[in-house]
Amino acid sequence: MHIVVCIKQVPDSGQIRVHPVTNTIMRQGVPTIINPYDLFALEEALRLKDKLGATVTVLTMGPPTAADSLRKALTFGADRAVLLTDRYFAGSDTLATSFALSMALKKVAEEFGKPEIIFTGKQTIDGDTAQVGPGIAKRLDYNQLTYISRIVETDLDGGKITVERRAEGGLQVLETKLPVLITMLEASNEMRRGSIENALIAARADVVTWNAEAVGIEDLTKCGLRGSPTIVKKVFAPTARTEKAEIVEAEGKADARAAALVEAIFAKAPAVESDLLEHAAQHYV
Amino acid sequence: MAEEKKPAPAAGGGRANTKKELPEHFKAYKHVWVAVEIEHGQVHSVSFELLGEGRKLADKRGVELAAVVMGDDRASLDEAAKASFEYGADCVYIVQDPALKHYRNETSTKVLTDLVNTYQPEILLLGATNLGRDLAGSVATTLKTGLTADCTELAIDDEGSLAATRPTFGGSLLCTIFTLNFRPQMATVRPRVLAMPEREEGRTGKIIEFDPKLVEDDVITKVLDFIADRDTDKANLPYADIVVAGGLGLGSAENFQLVKELAEVLGAEYGGSRPLVQKGWITSDRQIGQTGKTIRPKLYIAAGISGAIQHRVGVEGADLIVAINTDPNAPIFEFAHLGIVADAVTLLPALTDAFAARLRVNRLAS
Repeated sequence: MHIVVCIKQVPDSGQIRVHPVTNTIMRQGVPTIINPYDLFALEEALRLKDKLGATVTVLTMGPPTAADSLRKALTFGADRAVLLTDRYFAGSDTLATSFALSMALKKVAEEFGKPEIIFTGKQTIDGDTAQVGPGIAKRLDYNQLTYISRIVETDLDGGKITVERRAEGGLQVLETKLPVLITMLEASNEMRRGSIENALIAARADVVTWNAEAVGIEDLTKCGLRGSPTIVKKVFAPTARTEKAEIVEAEGKADARAAALVEAIFAKAPAVESDLLEHAAQHYV
Repeated sequence: MAEEKKPAPAAGGGRANTKKELPEHFKAYKHVWVAVEIEHGQVHSVSFELLGEGRKLADKRGVELAAVVMGDDRASLDEAAKASFEYGADCVYIVQDPALKHYRNETSTKVLTDLVNTYQPEILLLGATNLGRDLAGSVATTLKTGLTADCTELAIDDEGSLAATRPTFGGSLLCTIFTLNFRPQMATVRPRVLAMPEREEGRTGKIIEFDPKLVEDDVITKVLDFIADRDTDKANLPYADIVVAGGLGLGSAENFQLVKELAEVLGAEYGGSRPLVQKGWITSDRQIGQTGKTIRPKLYIAAGISGAIQHRVGVEGADLIVAINTDPNAPIFEFAHLGIVADAVTLLPALTDAFAARLRVNRLAS
């Protein structure tokens, strides 16, 4: 079995700067990590590898420095790393990103065998859209399984997979045919530690690096800003509210201050007090 | 691939897509649509919230507002259609088919894409729920149009385009996004970000039945079972009247108990800021903020939460925001209505006692 895990290198925290002219993200100088949601996807792929035997390829699109995240994935036990990088991809929205990644995945299929399963995280922590996974599935005509909390059974011979999917108010148990694209839900598993042996392999491993031309993209107007139907026109900080919080200035011990705060809350929200009294009447009898 | 079918965006220039001339074949696209979310016969409230907002957008554009309802059961479809009219729709597309009994990406994507291609709306809105996000991503990719996720504000600009504002860069800033050269302009909005509109009983409109031509045997994905959550597992933060939440100011996972105790006395839901999920103090379904749950309670008490922008956008719809923080300069005091400079660890137990005492006393008095 061949499994591909799509990962993204993202800024480590909220300390992100925005280019004042282009309104695009400035990635220089910000520490980066593998998108935390992607680790659940990677771990699930590695578990399938342990259980059923599989080759796990990790794929990312990003700047050349995204190779760091690919090597990190190799230390956890992935077998092969592919980096898709080209300045023509700069400024891609989710539609342009899923186009570029789907072309890279077709090339992966040609070179290394067609993947039965493509994994992604449920979303990234920087974009938060959850759109790239479904975009890839649609473009490659893979059956789409999002928000998967558990893989119940993988039947390679029968070409089938059964999963539990997080839905409103419960879990949907779905059965579908391979190949599939799965976006894993957070906390669906616990990431293993990388081994020293794998770290040594990762340090020496070649990262397969492709540009747009290498994956067969002929029409560059489908890439980057030009290939993105959405246009970011304005990036701004939210305006402060005109009046600041009214501060309860009570002095003294905690109980006196707490009592003053309760008074202040009920003064501002009398309806809440009457609701609470009703609630209290039902619960403290 | 399907994308070959559509003409490429206007050539020339580095950023061809910023050219604001809608291609000829998209000029017929008209009206605002909301894809209504129905599961187990129930309409998700986010669909009504979207209809409320869609009404405003449609009025601004001088077009109609339509709802799309899909399912297998006639009674619940009729009920959903009735509710859609009463929440502002002028028109409802009803799609009834046994294959639409449960939500599946495959069937719903086909139906919604076919409907869009047939009736050509200019704007298509969906809830940013698991269902809505699963569906919106597939539909937008099939139609090769722009989709903006998790919007916090929707508006129509001077030139009639949808201006979709959402937090960006991990919720540290906001951005306004347009889809100028493609139709429909698609956006998703989380539950509770928009206010629930007034329901106008008896309001009605026109119904268009749409035959989806689905054949169950052709559908690859099967729903084998549905395992309903146990009631005790359910955190209903978005629709709670009172919410108590904690942040890193609590100092330790053990101290989060103080938040739960106050919530219990108030019959409230409890939650926390994003760092608490990352630290494993709470589960992700109790995360409040842009990447977690958006809330609109009558009373929100934030204890030891500094108030990062991504948290702020998730709580701003609350009627009364009360902040407890040791740092008088914490950003939360910028958008809270009421604040107290105090250590949440000391104040929370006292506050729990004070509420309990006050409620008992008043009950005896009345």
